[in-house]
Amino acid sequence: MQLVCPAGSLPALKAAVRQGADAIYVGFRDDTNARHFAGLNLDDKQLDAGLQLIRKEGRQLYIAVNTYAQPGGWQRWQAAVDRAADLGVDALICADPGVLAYASKRHPNLNLHLSVQGSATNPAALALFQQRYGIKRAVLPRVLSLAQVKALAEKTTVPLEVFAFGSLCIMAEGRCHLSSYITGESPNLCGVCSPAKAVRWEQEAQGLSSRLNGVLIDRYADGEAAGYPTLCKGRFMVNGQRFHALEEPTSLNTLDLIPQLAEIGIAAVKIEGRQRSPAYVEQVTHVWREALDAYKRAPKNFAVQSGWRAALGGLSEGSQTTLGAYHRAWQ
Amino acid sequence: MKLSLGPVLFYWTRETLQTFYADMLQQPLDIIYLGETVCSKRRAFSLDGWLGLARELREAGCQAELVLSGLTLIEAASELSSLRRLCNNGELLVEANDIGAVQMLSENRLPFVAGPALNIYNGHALAELIDLGMRRWCPPVEVSGALVHDSLQQLDTLGVPRPEVELFAYGHLPLAYSARCFTARAENRPKDDCEFVCQNYPEGIPLLSQEGEAMFTINGIQTMSARVCNLLAEYPQLRDSGVDILRLSPRAEGMAEIIRGFDAVRGGALPPLAIDGCNGYWYGQPGMLRAEEVGLC
Repeated sequence: MQLVCPAGSLPALKAAVRQGADAIYVGFRDDTNARHFAGLNLDDKQLDAGLQLIRKEGRQLYIAVNTYAQPGGWQRWQAAVDRAADLGVDALICADPGVLAYASKRHPNLNLHLSVQGSATNPAALALFQQRYGIKRAVLPRVLSLAQVKALAEKTTVPLEVFAFGSLCIMAEGRCHLSSYITGESPNLCGVCSPAKAVRWEQEAQGLSSRLNGVLIDRYADGEAAGYPTLCKGRFMVNGQRFHALEEPTSLNTLDLIPQLAEIGIAAVKIEGRQRSPAYVEQVTHVWREALDAYKRAPKNFAVQSGWRAALGGLSEGSQTTLGAYHRAWQ
Repeated sequence: MKLSLGPVLFYWTRETLQTFYADMLQQPLDIIYLGETVCSKRRAFSLDGWLGLARELREAGCQAELVLSGLTLIEAASELSSLRRLCNNGELLVEANDIGAVQMLSENRLPFVAGPALNIYNGHALAELIDLGMRRWCPPVEVSGALVHDSLQQLDTLGVPRPEVELFAYGHLPLAYSARCFTARAENRPKDDCEFVCQNYPEGIPLLSQEGEAMFTINGIQTMSARVCNLLAEYPQLRDSGVDILRLSPRAEGMAEIIRGFDAVRGGALPPLAIDGCNGYWYGQPGMLRAEEVGLC
């Protein structure tokens, strides 16, 4: 299984290469990718430098052009596809049928990966993207149980990439408008969820409050750990009860599933977090490289080391991790 | 302008659905969508049950076009085979809410409606879907009027004839789909032992902020808007922007009155100056807003 790691900056890319990522995925500095955050992503010079390093070390570079093109900005998406092809990237990750059609016609030799934003969860959906656009891989939304991933892998000839670690989208990716409903900006169209510019922290009489576009997402007592106000991870009122009605602040961690994922024939595991620091990318890549290598050396004796678990736990939202939808009980 | 009745997004009992559609039969609707789009565990009607209901509606004099809507989130193999049967139903036009359905329909060269859960956001994507057999486009609920207009113009420049355009114009907006059932979670039940608790909530469960502000509506694995979207006041703009059909999404109470209101305006009555509910998405703003409140119009 290939280890695919995120980079939102050149130092993060270097860290991922240093720690043994097989492939590094990045985005351009605009709304053509799903991590369109201020100050994030690589400019042309940084991309050139990163690509040089990747080529020297024999790794792969993927570029995500995985938001949905807005009709008025179509040229931006077209230009992003062309730039990726000109760079000679190892794969272009996209979701929009219009973008996929353009990329497959204009650059027939470009490897296309279906982004998780493409929301393909079943063999028929994968078949459409494969037959029409020749996708070489698909990233699965974080909605399938492990048994469902296995069943899907048996029914499709599209190589599959699954999320292994990082922030947990609890909604089917590409099918969540919660952010645009509250803030006006969505992952599909703007490449952001719960955007930082809509966040407001306030010390109020009742405690520290976090708001998104004025709407209270959570409120913390003194000494309580406060997290980024991602919409689906706030504490809300449902039937008179105050609780994390959608999900707790937690990160996905699937170290325990490495043997099963490998046996299913998963092509690649993906680390989420292009918005994270180089230090984060360094540590997560380090742990996952060690774990995948340990499995490869002795598949039958694979056991998750407590040091790995502790390292990843410390890097997780709310210091908690979960198997998410892979584990049926989570659903 | 045509009026359509969207699929019932909540879990109502079979009897409730029968009573509801008997009432809808009397309303000035041009299109009625049947079928379950949210959760495969909901079994008020099987596929044959929905087809039987469609035949009963016809026999009772229903003139509206009847369309069968498919499930949105397809996870299990059993859901995929049910979807295949639905796509091959042989009687009714199908609304595809997953790309998997598009694949099945196009393999059989069947025309289809692209439901709001398909991600079609520009003219190039429209051209792709039209090539696959789409004849009607219901855009994602988050798109603005400008995006709909620009997408259609982009399609024109590609030389591709426009599909019919159906806009989600009334009801709780379907915003997100998850593997997790939030209704079961709210009731402290595992999803696999949900006992169909969502049937106790004919309009979902309100989710409020800790300050009591209505944010969302929990409806099983679907999360909807708390506020009811209502674009009746925008009627002249809708008409001028290339929209052919207005979709009214079923609610537990008062649908007949809502339909009559839309019917009167399309018949020439003046649209209201303002409405309750929200219309922010149409103006390219946060969907929860009412444009009048924030001085946008």
